[in-house]
Amino acid sequence: MARVVVDVMLKPEILDPQGKAVAGALPRLGFAGVSDVRQGKRFELEVDGDITEDRLAQLHEIAGTLLSNPVIEDYEVHVS
Amino acid sequence: MSRIGVVTFPGSLDDVDARRAVEVAGHEAVALWHGDHDLRGVDAVVLPGGFSYGDYLRCGAISRFAPVMREVVAGAERGLPVLGICNGFQILCESHLLPGALVRNQAMRFVCRDQRLRVENAATAWTASYQDGQEIVVPLKNGEGCYVADERTLDRLEGEGRVVARYLEVNPNGSMRDIAGITNDRGNVVGLMPHPEHAVEPGFGPGTDGLGFFAMVETLVGG
Repeated sequence: MARVVVDVMLKPEILDPQGKAVAGALPRLGFAGVSDVRQGKRFELEVDGDITEDRLAQLHEIAGTLLSNPVIEDYEVHVS
Repeated sequence: MSRIGVVTFPGSLDDVDARRAVEVAGHEAVALWHGDHDLRGVDAVVLPGGFSYGDYLRCGAISRFAPVMREVVAGAERGLPVLGICNGFQILCESHLLPGALVRNQAMRFVCRDQRLRVENAATAWTASYQDGQEIVVPLKNGEGCYVADERTLDRLEGEGRVVARYLEVNPNGSMRDIAGITNDRGNVVGLMPHPEHAVEPGFGPGTDGLGFFAMVETLVGG
């Protein structure tokens, strides 16, 4: 068993109104010094067996087809 | 009279209204199910609005992998007329039948209003009842209706006349270049964020401006 983490973030050029709303809330709560917030998604996948090259390629396919939409998002696969 | 299929996904909301609009326009409405593996020989397909699969992951992302979508995509590639409304538009983008994507409204609010549009392309499979430049008013209701695509894609859409409808007076969700609907290069697949199926009968909604989307499908079937 291995745990694989996939992080998905909106591409930098895509407006992120949720992140903006969070950033806007910070000063209202008295937190200063945070100039920008981008909100993304984190997926934790429990994967059977070892992470072979084939398995890693499959994980990239999962991340690139279902977990993210390449039109608007970038993803990163992290094997721990 | 044509047979027009309307797909129901888990979480579809406007499938019944879409079937009714099809019938008001004089066609036979055929209920299709997301788990179906065939399209029952319909002449055209509507993917209705709603919140399929609870909008989990991304709007339309899971519906894209529903069994019926394999048939819809194959049909669309053969020239079958496919209209995606609201959530249906999101599904068409996730399925890569249409370019770009729909993201959270810029102002972060769900918007529900009667929306004025300009029909920019009356030559698609679904807009033949209209004139180029005709203005219509139909309901709009979405939380993730902001159309985005890269500049190259937007320029191509504009250059090829593939912007089907544009928002007038107010851009309700921040869509790039006020885009309310687009079509594929063949003109048989149309995605539209506002809801023509809610404007087909006098006394219900802002008028009957939406009926045209369903009325003329007949003339292109088999064409």
